[in-house]
Amino acid sequence: MPKLTIDGQEIEVAAGTNLIEAARQLGIEVPHYCYHPGLSIAGQCRLCMVDIEKTPRPTIACNTQATDGMVVHTDTERVKQTRQSMMEFHLVNHPLDCPVCDQAGECWLQIYYMKHGLYDPRMTDEKVHKPKAVPLGPHVMLDAERCILCSRCVRFCDEVTGTGELGIFHRGDHSEIGLFPGRDLTNNYSANVVDICPVGALTDRDFRFQVRVWYLDTAKSICTGCARGCNIEVHVNRRRPHHAEGRRVARLKPRFNAEVNAWWLCDVGRYHFGFVDGPSRLTAPARRGPGGSAEAGWDDAVAAVADALRRHPPEQVAVLASPRMANEDLIALRRLLEALRIRQVAFDVPPATPTEGDPFLLRADRTPNRRGAELIGLGGDAAGILAAARGGRLRCLWVFHHDLLATGWPASEAAEALGRVETVIFTGPNANATSDRAHWVLPAAAWVEREGTFTNFEGRVQRFRTAVDPLGGALAEWDTLGRVLGALGSPVDAGRAEHWFRALAATVPAFARLTYQSLGDAGQMVAGATSAGAPAPPGRRARVTA
Amino acid sequence: MAETVLMRNFDRANSHTLPVYRAAGGYGAWEKAAAMDPVAITEEVKKANLRGLGGAGFPTGMKWSFIPKSHTGPVYLVVNADEGEPGTFKDRYLLERDPHALIEGMLIAARAIRSAVGFVYIRGEYVQPWRIFSAAVREAYGAGLLGNGFEIVVHRGAGAYICGEETGLLSSLEGKKGWPKIKPPFPAIKGAFGQPTIVNNVETLACVPPIIARGAEWFAGLGTTTQGGTRIYSVSGRVKRPAVYEASVSITLRQLIELAGGVSGTGRLKAVVPGGGSAAILTADEIDVTMDVDGLKAAGSMIGSAGVIVMDESVSIPEALLVLARFYAHESCGQCTPCRESTGWIEKMVHRLVEGHGRKDDLDTILDVAKRGGGTTICAFYDGAIGPYISYIEKFRSEFEALCRS
Repeated sequence: MPKLTIDGQEIEVAAGTNLIEAARQLGIEVPHYCYHPGLSIAGQCRLCMVDIEKTPRPTIACNTQATDGMVVHTDTERVKQTRQSMMEFHLVNHPLDCPVCDQAGECWLQIYYMKHGLYDPRMTDEKVHKPKAVPLGPHVMLDAERCILCSRCVRFCDEVTGTGELGIFHRGDHSEIGLFPGRDLTNNYSANVVDICPVGALTDRDFRFQVRVWYLDTAKSICTGCARGCNIEVHVNRRRPHHAEGRRVARLKPRFNAEVNAWWLCDVGRYHFGFVDGPSRLTAPARRGPGGSAEAGWDDAVAAVADALRRHPPEQVAVLASPRMANEDLIALRRLLEALRIRQVAFDVPPATPTEGDPFLLRADRTPNRRGAELIGLGGDAAGILAAARGGRLRCLWVFHHDLLATGWPASEAAEALGRVETVIFTGPNANATSDRAHWVLPAAAWVEREGTFTNFEGRVQRFRTAVDPLGGALAEWDTLGRVLGALGSPVDAGRAEHWFRALAATVPAFARLTYQSLGDAGQMVAGATSAGAPAPPGRRARVTA
Repeated sequence: MAETVLMRNFDRANSHTLPVYRAAGGYGAWEKAAAMDPVAITEEVKKANLRGLGGAGFPTGMKWSFIPKSHTGPVYLVVNADEGEPGTFKDRYLLERDPHALIEGMLIAARAIRSAVGFVYIRGEYVQPWRIFSAAVREAYGAGLLGNGFEIVVHRGAGAYICGEETGLLSSLEGKKGWPKIKPPFPAIKGAFGQPTIVNNVETLACVPPIIARGAEWFAGLGTTTQGGTRIYSVSGRVKRPAVYEASVSITLRQLIELAGGVSGTGRLKAVVPGGGSAAILTADEIDVTMDVDGLKAAGSMIGSAGVIVMDESVSIPEALLVLARFYAHESCGQCTPCRESTGWIEKMVHRLVEGHGRKDDLDTILDVAKRGGGTTICAFYDGAIGPYISYIEKFRSEFEALCRS
């Protein structure tokens, strides 16, 4: 373990640590563009120069490993002048079009110019012109004039996805990023190049021009696109509601977790949020009667649902839970089932079309909490419940999230089943063919509108936080279930998701000793589970075998 | 003048063929080296004070000794025949007139570094040298000189100056874009295809057979105390007999110009580029300098590839700089920022000056930009480019100012 001194502070770092990371551990930022901890060292931007004692001139920190006794200075006059020079070089041919650039506000050219540049521009000649607004694929737009040729995107496609769509073409100041002939940036991780692009060269076609980034608020969350549970940040626009046609969730961004997704997020998960602000959102409890559907207050809805559950013998009542529900919802549901002695419960409804995983992060299971539902003991015979409904043996069926008419089951059988049940209750964030057939519809808050936890496929319990308020009168499922329990005469003292998590830890041994505090930002494994860590990127694996 | 070593066979009829090379004693050094211990070969080359003749002037024997002793995998010998330095054409003559000297040098070097495969990376535009050298390689295979423990692969470049930079060459050889690699690791540790690699210039390796045949002391004695041997100077521009000339590394620039028949054109010398386009320019008063690595370094320039470009008084220095500024802007590989951005920027400024639209502060801007970028890049390309930017303007400033509007 080499011990070195950076700006007068001593630090011991792991062997092989470079000077950017060593300085970072001391809270010292060495500015850089091309270096990214998830990619190979390129040494191209030349911005991360530092002074090392006994070295004649500034050295790039990214390609210098810490050695014992090394004395590093990141703030000498020479280093400052070098940074200023590098900023000037980076901006010589840059269009300086910040007012119309979607990256403005989170652009490292802007940030580093203000921190390390602040020179008087001397470039008075015509700049080099390059292609602008070039779609590289379904999600990524290129502006080659804004590109600083750090090659992060090229290295990402070579080393992480192993797909190699991108290259740098031409030479000198005519160099530009582009697609190899016949290729499109269509890999399932394409939008990560937008995340790692330090400037406005690569922007997200879904997000660009929707809202200025300085109007965004962020919340730490978990992706619900599959069972991996990639750590994300939800970026929401609460301050300019008239932008982006009122859509509140602006984008999802990956959040580093060494054990789950490292720096990355797949496109399937990244764009799995449109339903939150979609037109099919359910915003108020509703009752469907012979005369059509009518909105109802929560008190009436809860009373009616409680009555329907209580009115029938438990063997004539069934619940189809969902692996999209949080652990807190599932433990509340378990409490309800126990109170009413209902034994017919299941969550495993086959998807309409089988899904496949990919060689990296995406799992075949496109739900975020199957493991949680299993551990909480809600697994059962879903097909049996459907058969019981079709056979007229069910009087009351509560369906969470699922659209039973769009599953692996024949839609006609599902429609028949729903038609034969006296009271169908539906809870979910969005309307579907099942909610259209339900007698009571109870709107659920989407995951970004509430907090809770999911248990990923490995057994990692991870928190997601509230990013925006629920739309209309939507409630978290645990809240609805708690109210129904109250109406059934079993009041609960759980007024927050965390209270239900405590109940979960007290009830289900796998969750014992876990608390919201102990989960932190990176999550914790349930008892007995071990993590294999974030998978090695396919690009790197290919390299190892070759 | 010193004796002719490198060009000893140039004037023989069919000097490029194996029988003629053999008749002149060729491959005798290889027979001798084949019986020597590899370490002894390297020691001999070290004692000969042979320094790289491609441009950097690094001691050759020392470079060979950097191959890790513990390495058990392949070691590669790579010959840099991507001769592209403006004003340099010596390797072309060696490849065309004495290709077997290179093959023999490669055989000896390969034994010293325990390499079984050598790559010869020939500049794309060098079609005739490639044809002749390839024919010589076939002859050597036919005679059993190659194929018995050492193979040669001939690879043609595609016309990029940067592929003459040793790690850019290696990237290109590996099938990648010819981008120089960041160092460390150095090629002797991790070079071509990730294996320890020695990259030597054509002329450097052509010096090796005479060293082995006639001894290190003889070779060292041909030069100065820090650099042995003779070398081939490519003399062009305003001289009466532009050509390649072999002379000791201790010859002075003035003597060399006389060797080439003296200054042509107006007959009055204005300036000389002593070591290829990237060397700082010398004025007519600065030519009493010895043409060895250290002599020119002391004079603030460099011997580089020993491409001597002579300019008489009729030559416009700003126009000469524009030629080079265009060259560097065109040939910068674009990998790292200072070089990519400022070669283009400086070309625009020099162009504007030559067109008569310059301002006096442009001169200071060029000098400042060049100096700020110096020493900050991955490879030596930019440090080569700033040699002319700075020296042309500093030594001939009045000529540039005369072109400015304000």
